[in-house]
Amino acid sequence: MSKVLLEVKELTTKYITRFGEDVYAVDHVSLKVEEGKSLGISGESGCGKSTLALSLMGYYFAPLHYTSGEIIIDGKNIYGMDSDDVRKSVLGTEISYIPQCAMNALNPTQKVISLVEDVIQAHDPSVSKKEIRELARERFETVGLPAEVLQKYAVELSGGMKQRTVIATSVILRPKVLIADEPSSALDVTSQKMVIKMLRDLMERGIVKAMIFITHELPLLYNVTDDIMVMYAGQIVEKGTAKQTVFDPLHPYAKGLMGSIIVPEKGLRGAKLTAILGVPPNLKHPPEGCRFAERCKYVVPECKAHSVDLLEIEEGRAYRCIFTEKQLRKAYKNG
Amino acid sequence: MADKRKICLSGSGLTKFFGLGRQKCCAVDHVDFNFYEGEVVSIVGESGSGKTTLAKMLLGLINPTEGEVYFQGKKRDIRTQKKKQEYWKNIQAIFQDPFSSYNIFNKIDSLFLDCINMRGGRKLPHAKKVEMMTEACSFVNLKFDELTNKYPFELSGGQMQRLMIARIFLLKPKILIADEPTSMIDACSRATILDMLMRLRTEIGMTIVFITHDIGLAYYVSDSVYIMEHGKLVESGSADDVILHPKQVYTQRLINDVPKIHEVWDLSTV
Repeated sequence: MSKVLLEVKELTTKYITRFGEDVYAVDHVSLKVEEGKSLGISGESGCGKSTLALSLMGYYFAPLHYTSGEIIIDGKNIYGMDSDDVRKSVLGTEISYIPQCAMNALNPTQKVISLVEDVIQAHDPSVSKKEIRELARERFETVGLPAEVLQKYAVELSGGMKQRTVIATSVILRPKVLIADEPSSALDVTSQKMVIKMLRDLMERGIVKAMIFITHELPLLYNVTDDIMVMYAGQIVEKGTAKQTVFDPLHPYAKGLMGSIIVPEKGLRGAKLTAILGVPPNLKHPPEGCRFAERCKYVVPECKAHSVDLLEIEEGRAYRCIFTEKQLRKAYKNG
Repeated sequence: MADKRKICLSGSGLTKFFGLGRQKCCAVDHVDFNFYEGEVVSIVGESGSGKTTLAKMLLGLINPTEGEVYFQGKKRDIRTQKKKQEYWKNIQAIFQDPFSSYNIFNKIDSLFLDCINMRGGRKLPHAKKVEMMTEACSFVNLKFDELTNKYPFELSGGQMQRLMIARIFLLKPKILIADEPTSMIDACSRATILDMLMRLRTEIGMTIVFITHDIGLAYYVSDSVYIMEHGKLVESGSADDVILHPKQVYTQRLINDVPKIHEVWDLSTV
């Protein structure tokens, strides 16, 4: 077993609304990412994927607040660190982040090179401009961008180039863990494939050592990551290897999600898609029992009685449901 | 087989140029097509291949530089506003971004009332109108009583897109142009929206023109597929023919770019 790079134990974070209400968007989430591995996180809009990504970096700003839990990056516990320290010694070097809206992530009044300078000098003010330029050129070439891009403004770049600029800037300090939050959802399929290939190259060259990939596109996740985690209403409901989660999901929500996969493959034309009806619960007042009970096809009264724990059935494989594995399989078989 | 079906919408030599002089660019280049009644057609291409421009020309939102659109065998005439409105009774659209598809000053009931009025229901009693609106809302799994007196921006993206479908349900057009209706919403709601569109099609028997860059989606929904590259139609035919046995290199590339789950996804061909 290789070294665990990122370990998160029972992390809980909340948003405090304008009216002083607490919304627990990430609720007791535990995860582990080993060196050289990638973890995928999936779930519908509003299930807490992006909040989890922000929380993992240990850099909190209102309305997001830390509540409890531990984040250990390469043996170093970053929980409880001062946010200024986190910014200087954790972000960029230990863990880095590719935002969802890369198109708008670049400052329009700065040249790309000065953005890169900002990032490097925030961590080490002694680096000379020449060294920065060398490093930037090398890293931009890794993602397939010519060095001229460094002297351009963000508005002069196309969508795909902006996306690559953001990726190159995020990995400039060789972060150990890279979090990619929907890096390709605004792109068309061809550019999407390019971004995926680039991320994989970064892993293969050892520039980043582990990756967390967040998206709701399951076919993509299946091809990119080793393990997949499905989130629902702030909680993990299913966890397993990519193959297990996509082809043999246990939790009814994960099962429904896998039923909405669309791929252009023989025999799948007009296949019945399983849509999950209803809306996720309001996290201001989460339901007492299972959070998915309202929308679940297999619901029984006990579901709503008390909260359900994540049940680990084997190493790395877990689900959150009151039914046993056998009962669930039987239920799916009968439709 | 082909001659038995009635042609609903067709175009010959449709062309659109944008810009002048040196900056002149050809968005759609001499496109010919026949869409049959009750068929689901997909137009697939990369960004910038002219899909949306073609859709706008079909809708009559922009005028083609060259070529003609024929609606039910007759040359389309939309020279006056009145004729345009008459045409829009037959052809309607759902756009990519539900957030910008609504008039933000209109409440949802007035949006629906407009649709009923457009179908000639202006003189119906109020109770009948409410009944129609409730029916349309329940078709898309929304509750009408919760929606009255709300503005569109108070809803979520998925709900707005469903409301758009409810609108189509009331209007019952002959042709629906769906321009990337599911690209802004997540995979789970996507299944719901597609399911509704398919039900709508069987219910009122309309032609759906799907515009998308996701060839997987196109394969899933459509009877026939048109592939567009740089403003030209490069390949067309039934969905099975085009997607399982693509002839053009461009089509093959589009198919290879979509992640698969049962087959190996080849990343080396970028």
